[in-house]
Amino acid sequence: MSRETPTTAPATDLPLPPPNAESQAFWDAARDGHLLLTRCTACDAVQFPPQHSCTACGGTTGNPFTASGTGEIFTFTINHRAPSPAFKARAPYIIALVDLAEGPRLMMNVINCAPEDVKIGMTVKIVFEARGDMALPQAELV
Amino acid sequence: MTSSKAAITGVANTRCGRLEGSTCLGLHAEVARGAVADAGLELGDVDGLICAYSFTEPHPMLASVVAEYLGIQPAYSACVSAGGASGALQVMTAKSLVESGMCRHVLCLTGDTRMSGMAPGAAVAALARFGHGQFEVPYGITIPAAYGMVAQRYMHDTGLTLSDMAHIAVTTRNHARRHPDAQMRKPLSHAEVMASRPIAEPLRLFDCALISDGAAGILVSAAPTGNGAEVRIVGAGQKNTHEHLIAAPRDLQSFGCKFSARDAFAEAGMTTADIDVAEIYDSFTITLAIELESIGFFPKGSVGEAVSDGALDLGGTLPCNTHGGLLSFGHSGAAGGAFHVVEAVRQLRGQADSRQVANASRAFVHGDGGVLSAHVSLILERLS
Ligand SMILES: [Zn+2]
Repeated sequence: MSRETPTTAPATDLPLPPPNAESQAFWDAARDGHLLLTRCTACDAVQFPPQHSCTACGGTTGNPFTASGTGEIFTFTINHRAPSPAFKARAPYIIALVDLAEGPRLMMNVINCAPEDVKIGMTVKIVFEARGDMALPQAELV
Repeated sequence: MTSSKAAITGVANTRCGRLEGSTCLGLHAEVARGAVADAGLELGDVDGLICAYSFTEPHPMLASVVAEYLGIQPAYSACVSAGGASGALQVMTAKSLVESGMCRHVLCLTGDTRMSGMAPGAAVAALARFGHGQFEVPYGITIPAAYGMVAQRYMHDTGLTLSDMAHIAVTTRNHARRHPDAQMRKPLSHAEVMASRPIAEPLRLFDCALISDGAAGILVSAAPTGNGAEVRIVGAGQKNTHEHLIAAPRDLQSFGCKFSARDAFAEAGMTTADIDVAEIYDSFTITLAIELESIGFFPKGSVGEAVSDGALDLGGTLPCNTHGGLLSFGHSGAAGGAFHVVEAVRQLRGQADSRQVANASRAFVHGDGGVLSAHVSLILERLS
């Protein structure tokens, strides 16, 4: 996983994720260039999004670990109709559902590529895009 | 034959489109009076009120606000909020309220002024907030983009094509052209759909629902009021599998419609073969394609060919969205899905004028909220 977070936070009009008590560790790790997941100690399921209870079994204890940082594109769209002026400046942009090697499915933009190069089933690596004083997991074709 | 099932005794809708000078509450009142009058009753007869939600009147107790505006004090009032499934879910909830004996006449109201009451683009921006705040919204998600991802995968897995989806848009427009209240009544060709600008690829402009002002009212009663044909709600079912796309069924195919429809058909003692007319949620062409196949009206992978052969036309094997659906009649928030109920009742009563399906006695209605998240199926039958 590469780390692209600059030391000074750039201003942004793009929406920042609002961390909460259950996700603060995830976003702290993201700022350090790590994709943090949690494996349930009761049933071994990998929980995402980060929350105190396991969606699979309801267990409330888990072990955090850093994901390998690879995944596969399950599906995607080339989005032309942006929800805000800030996104309009990026349009058209790719939004994809990425299945991580560890199991969880995340939504990410596929960045640094031509939209027509993206296909279902492609392997991606997770990179981090600086946004405000945070960092967002994003996908890059490998 | 006497039925213990709830009846739909009154329906009303406003025109769809830009209704200058209208307000959200004013539209609610218009269809409230219209639905009650359609049943031959007065507002004072209503002892239950169910509303949904509104972008332009974002009060969390909308049912209380509407009752106050109407000047009524029903014994029961509540909001039912399940996005596009709200209209069908209101009817399902009202059904149980009257069948349990708690209420006699439950008025289900939906409406919004998303066109004249909001700045351009504001409805799209508000809808984007349906996404997960931390794990979807920062990526620029919109409702069309979410359905675009669903469409991309469904086309990959089943062979559905852009041309197939264009046929759905055209068929639906042809129906809307026969409805005086529809927002879009101009002819629409297959070539125009194919050439329309991309919104969230693979979805194009004419694959997407409209944004409209409009409202719908549906009166659910314990027994027919003697005003018109007897229409009973003989089956209802609901299934929600997720809210956000990241948590949807992993195959993006096993959506709740399959299960809500199964339960509705089981209650009615019917199968898909018994249905004369279907009014099915069509926020996008892909939405209708997936629901038609998942519910079992067409085998998986076959809906495209069926639609291009005219299966959804008035004289087809399954006349569908005969009012023009969300794609061409109108989509004013929760009322969007309620229009499907209104149209089903008109078809069963034989009041659909030039878009009437001959001898329609059994209708299937389906609502879907979120990103194929919340599903409600209804089966309506004319008993006299
Ligand atoms: Zn667990």
